Parts: sequence; structure tokens; C-alpha cells
Amino acid sequence: MNLFVKLLLCSAVACFAEPASQAAPSDPPESIYHLQARLTNQAGQVHGLDVYRGQPVLITMFYGRCPMTCPLLIDTLKTIERHTSAEQRARLRVLMISVDPENDTPAALHRLAKQRRIDLTRWTLARADEKTVRKIAAVLGIRYRKLPNGAYNHSSVITLLDQNGVVVARSSEIGKADQAILMQLK
Amino acid sequence: MRSIALPSIAASLLLLGSPAEAAGTHVVSDAPLQITIPAGEFASVLPPAPGVKTVRVAAFRLDHTPVTNEQFARFVARHPEWRRDRVPRVFADDGYLSHWKSATEIEPGQRNQPVVHVSWFAASAYCEARGARLPTWHEWEYVAAASATEPDGRKDEQWRQNILAWYSKSARQPLPVVGKTPVNYYGVHDLHGVVWEWVDDLSAMLVSNDNRQQSEPDTLRYCGPGALSMEEKENYATLMRIAMLSSMQANYTSKTMGFRCASDLGPKQERIHEPLR
Repeated sequence: MNLFVKLLLCSAVACFAEPASQAAPSDPPESIYHLQARLTNQAGQVHGLDVYRGQPVLITMFYGRCPMTCPLLIDTLKTIERHTSAEQRARLRVLMISVDPENDTPAALHRLAKQRRIDLTRWTLARADEKTVRKIAAVLGIRYRKLPNGAYNHSSVITLLDQNGVVVARSSEIGKADQAILMQLK
Repeated sequence: MRSIALPSIAASLLLLGSPAEAAGTHVVSDAPLQITIPAGEFASVLPPAPGVKTVRVAAFRLDHTPVTNEQFARFVARHPEWRRDRVPRVFADDGYLSHWKSATEIEPGQRNQPVVHVSWFAASAYCEARGARLPTWHEWEYVAAASATEPDGRKDEQWRQNILAWYSKSARQPLPVVGKTPVNYYGVHDLHGVVWEWVDDLSAMLVSNDNRQQSEPDTLRYCGPGALSMEEKENYATLMRIAMLSSMQANYTSKTMGFRCASDLGPKQERIHEPLR
């Protein structure tokens, strides 16, 4: 009987566990904001994947200790911004999510933002636990793997989300502003 | 199928059957049994980096069969956000659970067949609801390398032939029920001969467009003659798995893609593992 009660409690807890999605009911079925993700930004603040809900967002994954591709990725994001009008730029946001939660602490992300002169009123650098990173990579179609020396291989993809979190453009072009993204921003 | 209007109570009943069952006369299994897999090292066909030959796998637990339709239906009853008529497209494509009778009911003949038409997100959610996770690719490959008598049977000609025979069979035949193939060295069923299976680190299966040196994933992309360091033809069946997984997005579903779950061992249990021969 005791066992029965325990099992009953146990399954009741499972039933009351948080749902898989915290998306607003109006989110379209394709919205990545259906993913419940707990992110921590460079200031140590906790928020969801939808931190910039309501605005177009350039979203990408990177890691701070990356010697080559990631600095180029930041340059590419800045290049895209430079190709937009002042009005577009005022609306556009950037969310960079680390694949390396071990090293990319809020302090490390903050240092990187300072070093690269990133405007933190419009950009967010964030980390999440390993499981969440996997799911974010999955909704973005980003492939990555950790190498034995602690570095990562990852695909350099910049994704543009509309105000509801739906993917409207995706680019692997590094070093210049992809026309596909600029077209969507107009 | 019961209504899910009272999710917590109905689900508890669904899970447990009746109190008499919970007391031990007949426990309705909500999940496959798990087998403890000892830690060890093996040569993976997907090495972690160029020049690194062996992979170390920590001790873990693995379901002894793939998850069945019946087991997955119980999960869906308790987590209705994973019903095929409610799941957002971002988590599962149009084929999700399309073989079921309805959003909550399976056909009687499907009960013990492995659940297929499930996305990576849905498979992950099922395992998480059990406090488990999907196995990593290396964990899966490590256990799947075992023959009936050896932890690494990959050099055994007969074993290889048996596996290749399955991969050459038509996918049109109905799926077998789980647990009917002979157990391997560890006591695990159906790693070959039943369905393809999702892995936790799906996103690590292929790195396609990083600019840095990455000889192995790159050759993998052009899977075919000369794929990977393929001097070992016996790994062909495993390479087909990798090719299949690397072509899948996490919300894709397929009529031959199922899954099983894995769990970590506590640190106490990890210390008592015996090294493999």
C-alpha cells in the first residue's frame, strides 16, 4: 500500500511538471519560442529564448574561446547591422548563445562583450545548461561537437527570427551581409 | 482509451492499472527495463577528433528494448502537449504518430511494436519524463558493438553477416514486436534488426559548415566509397546509422525511426564497475 501511495505521488508530480512550452497561445506552430529554455545573460539575468519577443532577432551559437570563426561571426553580425537603415537597426536585436556553458560564465561573456565593443542595449550574450544548448541547437538546425581538447566544432549559422520567433532567413555566409537576411529585414 | 479531462488522476490510474497490480501481482510496465552497462573503451567509427582512436564510455543504464507504442501512449496521456493534434510543428513534423488510430489511441496490433514516427524532441521528452535521457551516439555504438558472447563482436564474420542481412531487408515489412531478437553480451535486445534509434547528441553527428579543419565529419558528408577511415568494412552497418542520423533534423519523423532511453549511474555505482577485457 505504501508503495502504491509513493507511486501515485510520484506520477502526480510528473503530471504537474512544467509543460514543454511556455509560448504565448498565439505563437505560430513553427515558432522556436515554444521551446522552454532557461538562459543566463552576460549580466547574470535569467530569461527565456524569447527575450526579444516582438522584435526581429538575429540568433546564433558560438563559444567565447573560439579562435577563428566566432570573432568572424561577431563581425558578420555587425556587418549586417551596418547594412540596415537607422530605423531597422533600432528594432533589430541580436542573441548569441554559447555552446560552451563550462567556460562561458556570465563574467566571461561580459568580458567578451566589452572587448568586442558590443552594444548591450541591443545585443545579448547568453549561456544555458548542456541539455538546453542541445535543444536550442536542434530548433536552429545547428550542429556542434565538443573536441577532446575542449574546443568545439560548430556550424556557423545566423538565423533571423520574426517577432513571433519564426525562422524567416538563415545564412552560413561569414564575412559579409547575406542578401537573404537583408531582404527580410526590409 | 480513457479521457484525459482529469490529467493527474487519470494518468496515475493509467500508469498503475489497479492498486492490486502495484502491489505486485501484475505491474503494467510503463517503460522498458534498464540494464547496467559497465564502463569501457572501444574504437568508434566516429572518433571524437582526428587522430583519436578510442572512446571511453562511463558506466550507464540502457533500456533493454526500444520504447513501444503502448509505453509512448501512456506518456502522451500524461503529457497531452505531445498529442499529434497539439504538438507544435517546431517539435514534430506532420508524420508524428501518424500511424496511430487517433491522437490518443493505438491499434491493438501496435501495442508491443517499437514506437516510430516520433521526433527527437518527442523522444527526448519521453525520456526526461522518466528521469532519463536518450543515449549518446558513443553509448549506443558501444553497446551495439557487442555480439551474443563478446563485448566487441565486430570482427566476428557471422555476426556481421546477420546484421547486414537485416539492413538489406525491405522496410515495407511490418515492424516486429520488441524483445524478440536474441540479447547481446550485455543483455540488451533489438539494437540491430528492428528500428533506427535517436541519440541524444544528434546535433553532434555532423559538423557541416564550420570553416576549420574537420576531415572526418567532412568525408562523412560524402558518405559512400571512402567514407571515414573505412578500412573496416564490418562497420558498414554502423556507418549507415550515422548517415541516417546525420540526415535527420530534430523535428523529423520516420516510419523506421524509434528510440530507447538511457540513465546515468550514481557515483557510488560507477566506482564498482569492472573493466572490460
